[in-house]
Amino acid sequence: MSDKGDHLLFEKHLQGLKREKRIVFIWQACILVGFFGLWELASRMNWIDPLLFSSPTKVYNLLTVKLTDGSMISHTLITLFETLAGFIIGTLLGIVIASLLWSSPRFSNISDPYLVILNAMPKVALGPIIIVALGPGYVAIIAMGAIISIIITTIVVYTGFREVDPNYEKVLKSFGATRWQCFKSAIFPANLPVMISTLKVNVGLSWVGVIVGEFLVSSEGLGYLIVYGFQVFDFTLVMAALILIAIFAALMYKVVERIEGWLIKHTT
Amino acid sequence: MSFLTLEHVTHHYFSKDDFKKALDDISFSVKEGEFVSLLGPSGCGKSTILSIVSGIMNQTSGRVLLDNKPMIESELAIGYMLQQDYLFPWKTILDNVLLGPTIQDNVNEELKEKALELLREVGLQNVEKQYPSSLSGGMRQRVALVRTLITDPKILLLDEPFSALDYQTKLKLEDLVYKLLHAYHKTAILVTHDIGEAIAMSDRIIVMSANPGRISKTFEVPLELRNEMPFLVRKHPKYQSIFDKVWEELNKSETQTV
Repeated sequence: MSDKGDHLLFEKHLQGLKREKRIVFIWQACILVGFFGLWELASRMNWIDPLLFSSPTKVYNLLTVKLTDGSMISHTLITLFETLAGFIIGTLLGIVIASLLWSSPRFSNISDPYLVILNAMPKVALGPIIIVALGPGYVAIIAMGAIISIIITTIVVYTGFREVDPNYEKVLKSFGATRWQCFKSAIFPANLPVMISTLKVNVGLSWVGVIVGEFLVSSEGLGYLIVYGFQVFDFTLVMAALILIAIFAALMYKVVERIEGWLIKHTT
Repeated sequence: MSFLTLEHVTHHYFSKDDFKKALDDISFSVKEGEFVSLLGPSGCGKSTILSIVSGIMNQTSGRVLLDNKPMIESELAIGYMLQQDYLFPWKTILDNVLLGPTIQDNVNEELKEKALELLREVGLQNVEKQYPSSLSGGMRQRVALVRTLITDPKILLLDEPFSALDYQTKLKLEDLVYKLLHAYHKTAILVTHDIGEAIAMSDRIIVMSANPGRISKTFEVPLELRNEMPFLVRKHPKYQSIFDKVWEELNKSETQTV
């Protein structure tokens, strides 16, 4: 009998959880609808200048037109590709440099002040130089997306390498392991969670790099659309590009979060 | 015939603004198959001796001879057991056990069989595919023991291997390690600060004093105690008298330094 009672309590607990989840969801939906509703209303009633702030219906109409004729899709794909490439290159290079720093303490000591400077420096300020060096094209923009995450990845991962319990190395050395074997079997795998957690940060950073890169140079991409819309005073276009960026940045973040969960489950 | 010999070993630790003499003129030797304990207060350099014998650290002066050859030339394998198990959490138990052979690149089916057999011998069955996180502290330390034994080391260095375990597990493991080491006729050096453990397990006890680390006295454990299992040694009538002697010696070296 008491078993049944326990089960009932559990059911009640589950229902409570479900209810809480529903309340949170309703609030979230209300905020979304409220925001766009208020925006539309304010624009129609001329509380805000419709020329500057556009309105959800105008943005929606523009998006349907531009998505059906395919022009918006190509802009979005280009920006997505640049962000993804910048994100992957930045993360991988950061990990490679961190490994090099670990492999030679002297190299690490020599690089220390330069890493501090590079880390403190706002990387987007390097934009014009990168564009001059690599030419005004998607290579320069990918470089912008990458460079913004390299240094921080290097520093975080290198710190992680150094914080591995030295006793793991002691165990390996007692079996006659070389420094490379210690790295391969202890230092690197012990830091997989650290590297995976940098992924989430880097995906956001790469968006910043790529959009700023597109601001500066390109003739395609969502960042370009924002600058173009600004120049020709077509703020409906600016808003449309912003909404697409918001959607895809959130999607990419969620995908990386999924990958992170999967990696953590399968590597640790 | 001495198997492992330390001759006038001295070691210094250097830091940015200071140096410390950790070991001062340490000389002792260990016979083949003998079990020697290093007993002393923390900071007396017990663990440093093990690090030097294992070749992980180089002494500032003095010599370490293994089988009458300098350490570096000797090819005798050394097994090292630490205070905690330091099993790699992302490797299965079997992969953890085979860590040494993997490093030395000689894993084969025969060795895998041997690993499973050794695991069975320490009372761990059907755990080889599990991960360390699903095992208890005592089980993990037994896996670490198997990891140390699988490379068939001639000398085992035990650095307080039972200190992180609860008392009951510790007593059981002492018996197990004692049994295994005697069965395979291994030479061992145990570092500990537990007088009872030193008496229960070893043939000889080297008492050390700190600042700098020196050997203050060596005790031979009576023959009747040597051949008993550690758990029974603690109940033996002769246990208390040697305990008192070691206790006195430790106190003496402590008051000298204070």
